[in-house]
Amino acid sequence: MIISRFLRRGISTASTCATRRSWWDHVTPAPKDPIIAVTEAFLADPFPYKINLGVGAYRDDEGKPVVLQCVREAEGKIAASNFLESTSTAVSSKFVEESAKLIYGQDSNVIKERRFAGIPALSGTGACRLFAEFQKRFYPESRIYLPDPTWSNHRNIWRDVHVPDRTFRYYHPDSKSLNFVALMDDIKNAPDGSFFLLHPCAHNPTGVDPTNEQWREISSLFKAKNHFPFFDVAYQGFASGDVERDARAIRIFLEDGHSIGCAQSFAKNMGLYGHRVGCLSVLCNDKIQAMAIKGQLQQISNTMYGSPPIHGISLASKILSDPDIKAIWLKEVKVMATRIHRMRAILREALERLGSPLNWQHITNQVGMFCFSGLNRAEVYLLAKEFHIYMTPDGRISMAGVTTKNVDYLANSIHEVTTCDQDAKILHNTDAYRINTDIRFTSLGASKSRARGMNLSL
Amino acid sequence: MASSVLSLASATPSASLSFHGIHKGKSNLGGINKEKTNTFIKAKSFGRTSMVVASIVSRFEGITMAPPDPILGVSEAFKADNHELKLNLGVGAYRTEELQPYVLDVVKKADKLLLEKGENREYLPIEGLAAFNKVTAELLFGADNPVIKQQRVATVQGLSGTGSLRLAAALIERYFRGAKVLISSPTWGNHKNIFNDARVPWSEYRYYDPKTVGLDFEGMIADIKAAPKGSFILLHGCAHNPTGIDPTPEQWEIIADVIQEKNHVPFFDIAYQGFASGSLDADAASVRMFVARGMEVIAAQSYSKNLGLYAERIGAINVVCSSPEAAARVKSQLKRIARPMYSNPPVHGARIVADIVGDSTLFNEWNAEMEMMAGRIKNVRHKLFDSLSSKDKSGKDWSFVLKQIGMFSFTGLNKAQCDNMTNKWHVYMTKDGRISLAGLSLAKCEYLADAIIDSYHNVS
Repeated sequence: MIISRFLRRGISTASTCATRRSWWDHVTPAPKDPIIAVTEAFLADPFPYKINLGVGAYRDDEGKPVVLQCVREAEGKIAASNFLESTSTAVSSKFVEESAKLIYGQDSNVIKERRFAGIPALSGTGACRLFAEFQKRFYPESRIYLPDPTWSNHRNIWRDVHVPDRTFRYYHPDSKSLNFVALMDDIKNAPDGSFFLLHPCAHNPTGVDPTNEQWREISSLFKAKNHFPFFDVAYQGFASGDVERDARAIRIFLEDGHSIGCAQSFAKNMGLYGHRVGCLSVLCNDKIQAMAIKGQLQQISNTMYGSPPIHGISLASKILSDPDIKAIWLKEVKVMATRIHRMRAILREALERLGSPLNWQHITNQVGMFCFSGLNRAEVYLLAKEFHIYMTPDGRISMAGVTTKNVDYLANSIHEVTTCDQDAKILHNTDAYRINTDIRFTSLGASKSRARGMNLSL
Repeated sequence: MASSVLSLASATPSASLSFHGIHKGKSNLGGINKEKTNTFIKAKSFGRTSMVVASIVSRFEGITMAPPDPILGVSEAFKADNHELKLNLGVGAYRTEELQPYVLDVVKKADKLLLEKGENREYLPIEGLAAFNKVTAELLFGADNPVIKQQRVATVQGLSGTGSLRLAAALIERYFRGAKVLISSPTWGNHKNIFNDARVPWSEYRYYDPKTVGLDFEGMIADIKAAPKGSFILLHGCAHNPTGIDPTPEQWEIIADVIQEKNHVPFFDIAYQGFASGSLDADAASVRMFVARGMEVIAAQSYSKNLGLYAERIGAINVVCSSPEAAARVKSQLKRIARPMYSNPPVHGARIVADIVGDSTLFNEWNAEMEMMAGRIKNVRHKLFDSLSSKDKSGKDWSFVLKQIGMFSFTGLNKAQCDNMTNKWHVYMTKDGRISLAGLSLAKCEYLADAIIDSYHNVS
């Protein structure tokens, strides 16, 4: 009968399934994401004093992740009424409105005239992806111009929607600052009406931002060339500590009459990383067009994930719309940004005190969570292997991972890898790292006199 | 994607001529009302000259409204209706007997516990919360299933059913270029949109038989047989949406036979595990049977309905492979697809599911609430059947109401009859004849029966 047939089938095929060809034989293992690979390597390292300078996730001075007070307050105010079906449109609309006000200005005409199409997105990644899909849908032949360098996932996003990318020059490796002349050149030489991705503040990975004056020039040139500016706003508040100041670039473009696109992330500035809270907005001529574009964006998101996860959106909306909670948030953003500024200053001082012959000004010149250290791949590798300090292969350091307790060790290690001979093996005796308040770094031989007596307060 | 290229030529204002010269539009967006477009442009051109100084013209000039979603449109029409007897049988969201939205007690508990724990909100890994991935696979396949023990399942947390389906679609597009997905006729409206946007070709297999208001089993088998070898057959694990018609266990065996014969890949969409029969295990029987045969299976899960976590977007995509090594490779590629979509999935819903399924007390409570919800729907089906049978003297067989399973029922009403339901009786449903029993109370069964009988007999 049916049961016996079932059993027969079950037995006969089970015995051969191990050797049977799989549908998935031709699926190769995917390369590891470079940023996430750093965290994985870090987690796998048993060394007790390892440092993770990979992912740009904020840490406090104890090296711990932080749940912001404003988030806790907001959570307390949100009832379980969120668990209704995915047409939680009221919450979404409020969130989008508040996000738009945050980036475009509370009293911006764009908001008053409802000249923007906005939808919640899955953090910055999701917002960029929605825009990329939208761009492909309505400008199928277009390209995207990305700064060189940029966040590694940008290329993946536009590539997966089949929009080819080009780079425009941005970072000057020698001066470790903005290559403004080349930047303007590349903007000028791009065909009219090209799509550009810009980081309005705290450029990832370099931390190098244009000045306000430079932004004004960029905006004028964009106008002349009729380029489309798409801003990836992942760090509003993190650059200067002030959310209004960090929106300067966008306000400049708005003053010049550009109709921009904007991806906002609340992962870092509200610490809502895992909740995936972001917003995509596209500025329009009027509210009719805004509704049309919003509908199209919703269609795109409907086939990718339906509607956005409500929990994070509720929190962010509460934080932005409740004046008391918002005031707490703004203070906390300042605290986070200030701590990072301090760490930059301390790290630079420490390296200079060690007598490093190299120029470390860029550590304090650069802005935001990341420092483009200038370390080369070999040095990065050594730092991981010998010193258990992890960062992405391009030498990008997440300053959020630096604390008053580990900054000296970090400075010493960087100093070591940048000044030691290539032949000299860096010896390092892990017995030295006893859990003591006063731990000495072992002497690494006569030539390493600077290392002797190094205090590691751990 | 060809259907969504906009027409730029007619909308060109002075400021953007050079740009539009390069990017000439091709065809109109599907479904545009030509007249509407012209009005839009006319209006714009008056304002344009005074505006050009203040703002650069948007390059998205000609973009028109996307067509409204048919299902959500029903709810909107319902809201606008002021009639006191109105009934919303549109969206498939569970309602209590008082027709109120329902937050499961076990979810409230889990959420409160989470709040108390005060855990951090750090990024999840791309594949999602490990604890969630573990319990979700066990829930679907059974904790003792050899495929789990042998680590042959690639599980990646996804954004509910939609997000999980999209990941699978992208995997198919990348590794089985040109392979088709066969979807049932009818099926959930978003299925074809997902495959369209993922650039995966699809076609339909016969499923619903309007004559019997039941399964067209022969048509289904014939169409699956006729599909090119190596097609992906999208199957609803239980509680078929929108018809409520599920194959019997015997029919499932035959479906599996044919799929194996033709070397197709079974691709399950399980959005209602627990909601069909009230038993989480029973509702997974079809999937488990395919897996027990040693087949490689794709299965998308959603916790939107059975845990009421609609708004949290929690689900998973599972790919059962013939070896752990293949599963590892497939998982890595699913992650690679997810990273440029959203980097990593949302944490909240995952934690709730992991905590509920992972704790035996909470899990048992969930089972009880699940039985209650499915039980309410079964009761409503019975009451509706009784009302129809007693009120309708024509001798028509209404037993399909009892045979169908899950939240939805295909009434067999045609579009005109559905319009009558709405216009005369203020009963809101989708135009394909689908009613959501989750939106029906025992108290309203008689009224609904009257409406159905009237529409069926007096409207053609």
